[in-house]
Amino acid sequence: MVDNYDISGENKLIVFRLANEEYAIDVAQVRSIERMQPITRVPRTPPFVKGVINLRGVVTPIIDLRRRFNMEEIEYTNNTRIIIVVVDEMEVGLIVDAANDVIDLPADHIEPPPEVVGGEVADYLRGVVQLENRLLILLNLDCVLARDEFQPTKTIEATS
Amino acid sequence: MDMNQYMDAFIDEATQHLQSINGNLLLLEKEPANLELVQEIFRSAHTLKGMAATMGFEEVAELTHHLENVLDQVRNRKLTVSTPMMDTLFFSVDALEKMIDALINEENAQVDVGQVIQALNGIQGDGSKGASSSGEEQTQDRSSSVPRAILQAVDQFALTVLTQSEETGFNIYHIQVTLDKGCLLKAARAYMVFQLLESEGEIIQTLPPVQDIEEEAFESAFELIYVTKQDTDYVQQLIHKVSEIEQVHVQPVKTEELKYHQSQEIAEGALETAAASAPSADSEQLKSGQPETSPHRNGSQRTLNKTIRVNIDRLDALMNLFSELVIDRGRLEKISKELQHQELIETVEHMSRMSSDLQDLILNMRMVPIEQVFNRFPKMVRSLSRELGKEVELAMSGTETELDRTVIDEIGDPLVHLLRNAIDHGLETTEERKRLGKPEQGRLELKAYHSGNHVFIEVRDDGRGIDRSKVLKKAIERGVISRERSEELSDQDVYQLLFASGFSTAEKVSDISGRGVGLDVVKNKIESLGGNVSVLSQPGAGTTFTVQLPLTLSIISALLVKVMDETYAIPLTSIIEVAAVKQEDIRSVQGQRVIDFRGKVVPLVSLQDVFEVPGEVEEDGILSIVIVKKGEKMAGLIVDSLIGQQEVVLKTLGQYLNQVFAISGATILGDGQVALIIDCNALIK
Repeated sequence: MVDNYDISGENKLIVFRLANEEYAIDVAQVRSIERMQPITRVPRTPPFVKGVINLRGVVTPIIDLRRRFNMEEIEYTNNTRIIIVVVDEMEVGLIVDAANDVIDLPADHIEPPPEVVGGEVADYLRGVVQLENRLLILLNLDCVLARDEFQPTKTIEATS
Repeated sequence: MDMNQYMDAFIDEATQHLQSINGNLLLLEKEPANLELVQEIFRSAHTLKGMAATMGFEEVAELTHHLENVLDQVRNRKLTVSTPMMDTLFFSVDALEKMIDALINEENAQVDVGQVIQALNGIQGDGSKGASSSGEEQTQDRSSSVPRAILQAVDQFALTVLTQSEETGFNIYHIQVTLDKGCLLKAARAYMVFQLLESEGEIIQTLPPVQDIEEEAFESAFELIYVTKQDTDYVQQLIHKVSEIEQVHVQPVKTEELKYHQSQEIAEGALETAAASAPSADSEQLKSGQPETSPHRNGSQRTLNKTIRVNIDRLDALMNLFSELVIDRGRLEKISKELQHQELIETVEHMSRMSSDLQDLILNMRMVPIEQVFNRFPKMVRSLSRELGKEVELAMSGTETELDRTVIDEIGDPLVHLLRNAIDHGLETTEERKRLGKPEQGRLELKAYHSGNHVFIEVRDDGRGIDRSKVLKKAIERGVISRERSEELSDQDVYQLLFASGFSTAEKVSDISGRGVGLDVVKNKIESLGGNVSVLSQPGAGTTFTVQLPLTLSIISALLVKVMDETYAIPLTSIIEVAAVKQEDIRSVQGQRVIDFRGKVVPLVSLQDVFEVPGEVEEDGILSIVIVKKGEKMAGLIVDSLIGQQEVVLKTLGQYLNQVFAISGATILGDGQVALIIDCNALIK
């Protein structure tokens, strides 16, 4: 699933942190990055849906990405950010531990995901990026925002 | 040429013309002798044909062409209006509608144009047989070479002269003289032609009138009706003696034809003579093009308002921006109250008033007369009543009542349902009505009116009414209600059963003379629009369905309530009353907490439970209850406190959260926080 990336030129990626790992999404899918703000809980929604915020007049759903990936939840800090992403005209905010990096990425640095990756994140992988001594995980947002959210985690078969 | 940019205009106009054709056809059916209507329909069809041809929609053009032919024959009294003909006309208009629809949706029309054209030609064939006795070549002559304009200009006196001349062996000719383009002294040439002709006979009529010709008020051609003993060739040569003449066309005319056109003229009124001053081929076009450029004859369009067409998307954008303003207004009101700064308070108050006016204005701009929806009903009622063999008269009133565009778009289908229902189940057959001593024609009334912040639409029939026992029997069969309970129901309750889901989902209901073809669907739709529907019925005298709708869907009045720390908005339309209930007045029925509210047992719903609001449950002595309704059913929502009433702007929760239980949307409060709007309908089973 590396095909969405521009092979010829460079990709701009937004890098954010979740626990000890660094993730990246294509800048084209990001509308804005917001500081934490009051969230209105929406009853009877999956636990990772934190609720909705007023994003300059637009009521926008917010997902806690740690919850989404079944990671341990932590208190929100000063570094906590909401990344507003747009996928298929769906606007959703993702709560991440920190977001402060934009990088240019030559296409040939993207590698298909490793054959077996432990943990819940596996399904959401689009590929991995090795950049100097950093390892970035490219997120597949379609999968993150899929609403049939309780799919059992499958073992990823390498796509090349 | 890129036609895309004209597509919208084409569709808009085509739809308008089709609508007008439809309407006029319906009127024509009632007054088959009214040739004025035929004229009107002809004009719309003609314009449509022209537009379609320009846009390259050959099939539409071809079909309208054939439609036009039929209308032309009706207009010229070669065909009389009959029911089979009307059926075919409606059939062809249906086909046209389908084709235009297909263009709108950019798909292929599932219309067999050939079949429609055949049907249209079918009626023409029958008609021309009857008409042919009055002269075979006449049909051809009239429509092809001899233009009608001049024939119609011939007055009664001239006609008498002509008839006498014909009887005494004179020839009557229609002569068309075309002068050279470069001819400088047109009037002089015409004068020379006249001189020569008058030496051999008499000029009875000219087109344009002699005076205009003398003043050179013609392009390059003029026409004459000429009486002489000479033959065609002689006359032709005679005129050719004059120089600077490009073409002469001489053609014999029969007085019968003239008489025919005279009767036509009387029928069609003065308009034709007015049009007669233009060359005939163009005059047809001119007339059919008239509705756009000049005021309508019957005055319906005389009051030309100055309007502009605005894309609905832009209005939506304006509405959205305004919603932002309403939210900020709320915020400012809150701040000014907190600060208690006199000047600020006054400014904010002023701003509030202004924005209220602005709100009315914007909402008004989005208002569309309900006529748009009603327009399609007469035809539907017509075809349905024919299908069922019932005579139905549809009376519509209040078509000018305006509703928000968003509501208009949604309300059509439920109304169709109710009308169908009324014709199918409400009205008796003709024989039955005769037996009952009712007028044979059933009456169906469709009425729209404003009341307060709502629009009411009534669908009333004078049919058999609702048979209580039959409804009950069926409800029990379907398991909608138990036999025991059915005994206690009031009439109103029984009628409400019609809307119960499961009441009529299974087999066809038509065999049982009850009502209720999917009325639950109607009810759901209307409730999703924030409205409701009720029934009144009198056995033997008829039934009335009343639909109540909000004026708009984008801004609603709501009661803000608190449940623990969370704020929710309850639409005022759902609320019956707010009550304080003592803890000890709460009863329990099979584990369900209920209260006695004005003699009715009303179940209580704890919003805290339903919405899983975090926090300790502590219910002290007195509970705040909001009594809400869904149709006739009620429930009491337990809340912690009431904040107050406020106009709120409806927002969706977005694509991602498109289905949340008991939440119909969200709104943004004065402090910028999001509050969820409770969908009371989902809370009441």
